[in-house]
Amino acid sequence: MDGTEIMIHENYLYVLLGMGIVTYIPRWLPLVFLSRRELPEWFEQWLDLIPAAILSALILPILITAGDPRHLDLMRPEFLVAVPTLIFAVKTRSLAGTVIFGMFLFWLAEKLF
Amino acid sequence: MSSGLKTRVNKGFLFTEQVKPVNSEEKNVSWTAIIKDGVVGAWPICLGYLAIGLAFGVIAQKAGFSPMEIGLMSLLVYAGSAQFIGISMLSAGAGSIPIIITTFTINLRHMLMSSSLSTFMRNLGTGKLSLFAYGVTDESFALNIVKFREGDWDWRRALVLNQTSNLAWIISTVAGGLGGRFIPAGAFGIDYALVAMFVCLLVFQLRGRLYAIVAIIAGILAVTLSLLIPGNSYIIIASVSAATLGVFLKRSKLFAWTERKS
Repeated sequence: MDGTEIMIHENYLYVLLGMGIVTYIPRWLPLVFLSRRELPEWFEQWLDLIPAAILSALILPILITAGDPRHLDLMRPEFLVAVPTLIFAVKTRSLAGTVIFGMFLFWLAEKLF
Repeated sequence: MSSGLKTRVNKGFLFTEQVKPVNSEEKNVSWTAIIKDGVVGAWPICLGYLAIGLAFGVIAQKAGFSPMEIGLMSLLVYAGSAQFIGISMLSAGAGSIPIIITTFTINLRHMLMSSSLSTFMRNLGTGKLSLFAYGVTDESFALNIVKFREGDWDWRRALVLNQTSNLAWIISTVAGGLGGRFIPAGAFGIDYALVAMFVCLLVFQLRGRLYAIVAIIAGILAVTLSLLIPGNSYIIIASVSAATLGVFLKRSKLFAWTERKS
């Protein structure tokens, strides 16, 4: 196994298949096993809270942390633009409007910085 | 006002669930109407994937991957951050097993999303569920779950939304590999499309005091953990902890008292 280029080409498809399978299983398993089952009430309540929790856990670190290793940074344009974008979303309840508004503000912010 | 709205929404949600199954298929709706709904619904994701996909394609091409290899990865793996890390590990000469294990840990979070989506996909066959599972990403989950809750959405529209996003991802990544470096980075604020979408969909998820409390706890936990531990396991830990705390809160006498005031 010398010459990384050759190694990549030989193994590439197997690596992709492996990556694909381990990505697919977590996406597939809960759908097949949970969608046909009577779920206990507490679990239904838990699943009902997951979207709010996971969206917040996905987005907030992107907005206020940066670098590797990560550090807190409250002055990032991503965060500064997110504040008016959030207010716009609350006021208008419009997804299309919010996306366009956010993009426009970010474009402005990038120009100004 | 918000608490009044919340009880109404909660009742409405339970009510529709009892009257008709959430995934009911209206037989009189044509496939063209369904495809139109799904494709139109996917536009914010497509815009965001165009930006990230082009960037991915450019990086992969620079690392020595052909447009064909890039497209194959986008088709077989279909996961943004895992693909970025996969490319960098491959070009650094990492072994297959570490790459596959890393991919697994990065994408494990989708398990939570599929679990949450499963409550809207009742009584579907394994084939349909398996087809749908392929397209579950952070973005399609966030958009579909909001659309399911708003009503007028079923698994077929959700599937079309998934596959439209998937197609946008494959095309953008290949385009990036072909010559994306000629496209100006960050044009028209396109890099911000997905962030703005997530912010808005998070707002839509806050359907009452409890959801807001859970979101705030999850956000604070996620930020704290992301500073302490490398990788992205903070997403799962933070959201599982916050949702669990939320259930305890909901079932405790204390929260019932604040709820009753509405």
